[in-house]
Amino acid sequence: MGILSQPVGVIAAWLRGLFLGWGLSEGLTTVLLYLIGALVVATVAQVWVIFLIWFERKIIGRFQSRLGPNRVGPYGLLQPFADVIKIITKEVIIPDGADRPVYLLGPIIMDAGVLAIWAVLPLIPMMGMDLNVAALYTIAVGAFATLGILMSGWASNNKFALVSAFRTVAQMVSYEVPTVLSLLIPVLLAGTMSLEGIVKAQHVWFVVLAPLAFLIYLVSSIAEIGRTPFDLLEAESEIVAGFHIEYSGMVFAIFYVGDFLHAYTIGVLSAVLFLGGWRGPGAEAFPLLGFVYLWIKAFAVYFVVVWARGTLPRVRIDQMMNFSWKFLTPLALILLVVAVVVDQFVGGWGVWGRALGHLAANVVVGWLTLLYLNHYDKVRASRRRMVAQPGQYPVARPPVVETSTEAAS
Amino acid sequence: MTAMQIIFLITAIVSLFAAFRVVTTPNMVHAALWLIVTLFGVAILYALLSASFLAVAQVVVYIGAIAILMMFVVMLTRREMRDRGPQTGRQWPWAALISLLTFGGLAWMLEAVGLPNAPAGAVPESSIADLGRALVSPNGFVIPFEVASVLLLAALIGAVYIAWTRRNA
Repeated sequence: MGILSQPVGVIAAWLRGLFLGWGLSEGLTTVLLYLIGALVVATVAQVWVIFLIWFERKIIGRFQSRLGPNRVGPYGLLQPFADVIKIITKEVIIPDGADRPVYLLGPIIMDAGVLAIWAVLPLIPMMGMDLNVAALYTIAVGAFATLGILMSGWASNNKFALVSAFRTVAQMVSYEVPTVLSLLIPVLLAGTMSLEGIVKAQHVWFVVLAPLAFLIYLVSSIAEIGRTPFDLLEAESEIVAGFHIEYSGMVFAIFYVGDFLHAYTIGVLSAVLFLGGWRGPGAEAFPLLGFVYLWIKAFAVYFVVVWARGTLPRVRIDQMMNFSWKFLTPLALILLVVAVVVDQFVGGWGVWGRALGHLAANVVVGWLTLLYLNHYDKVRASRRRMVAQPGQYPVARPPVVETSTEAAS
Repeated sequence: MTAMQIIFLITAIVSLFAAFRVVTTPNMVHAALWLIVTLFGVAILYALLSASFLAVAQVVVYIGAIAILMMFVVMLTRREMRDRGPQTGRQWPWAALISLLTFGGLAWMLEAVGLPNAPAGAVPESSIADLGRALVSPNGFVIPFEVASVLLLAALIGAVYIAWTRRNA
């Protein structure tokens, strides 16, 4: 095997030989290799965030008709490094009355929860732990990110931070349901929960077979990481900065890194689950090419996440809860049942026949959903009194309560 | 001693210590956090036994739900978040007696049955698929599975009924 076809395998075999040559035992060598792998993945992912911060600031700047960072280095590329140096020199302030160990553990657990997802990502063929429950694992360790936010919100001894922690839990519990349900559809189509297996099963990208599930997964993932338009846990106008109001310096930076990395991880996960992962022309022969394909796909999804952040206003908390429980969850349940039933019929039609069958079912479900939403909207509109005046928008009025004139006089 | 045994020992010690702290810490939120450590330790034990599905389910079900528990703790305890009263009630001798009896009974039972001494076989590749089939096959566990589902559904409907605000009330 050459370094081009199996880069990770070659390096791992070389290190294994080196450690065994030093006289270490077989078991210890394996543990050491896993530790080194974890260290490399975690470090690379976190350093990658420095670039992500530049990218997001640049894109958001363009959305807001600004230039974004453009002073330090070419195209402002070195701006995040300057920020890193600045933030390292800042003082870490721990407020009086804060629960010191929990306060300091919060950001670390949040970041660790995000990094743990990277352990199972099939970045290139033959890399990453091929866990046979990887799809469920990504949901499980995602809970740690929420736990970290909850811990720091409580330990800050600040009422705004505590409100933010309450909101986080409500949001996590609500949006975990549609995330898991929509995640089940690629698992069902591939017949395995291993991410490597899901990538291998995508002769046709699953976004073609299950476009609605992809949308639900993307929306509820954005809600789970608390990004705009679902960033109620750090709504500036209501609760100042939410859970990280008391944090400063490097401890705050860990939150910052965790947030950006989580957003990008959602991009990679969406690419793996729905956009074919590392699949692409020539990726089987040259795994590094597959890595490039995955990176491009992940960036496309990440761009959509940033796009939503730069475009959409923040939703209200009741709107957000209703959206999850009254729309996304029932739709995901229906889609799951439809996918099971349709797959029984079209499963034997070959690769493209199966894809077209699923796509047709999704189109029908999507059309029915739109019809229902239209109907629902009409029913709600007829309940309100719409008062139209020339030159003005129709104003919604609350229903007029009937009062008798005798009682008033 | 292999690396596996060292990991097991560390995990076991940490889990036991955390379990002890759950009942001794005066701070309720700390108790919930120590409980997370214990349950995560159990998940690591499952993972060491190659029961990856069980380990992940443990994390999803318990650690995901502990967040809710913590919220209840924060909402229901006094503002200090710290119970200053005595940590033991009047019935502590009885509780100690019962826990000692339970421990003794379990120890006696494990001693009497004897732990299996055979080497562990290889874990089958499709253990999740087998588990899934066993849960829905008539020869397997379909009846307990369905009963549990109905029970959960009943709990769900009951919760909705209790929380329901009638419009004309």
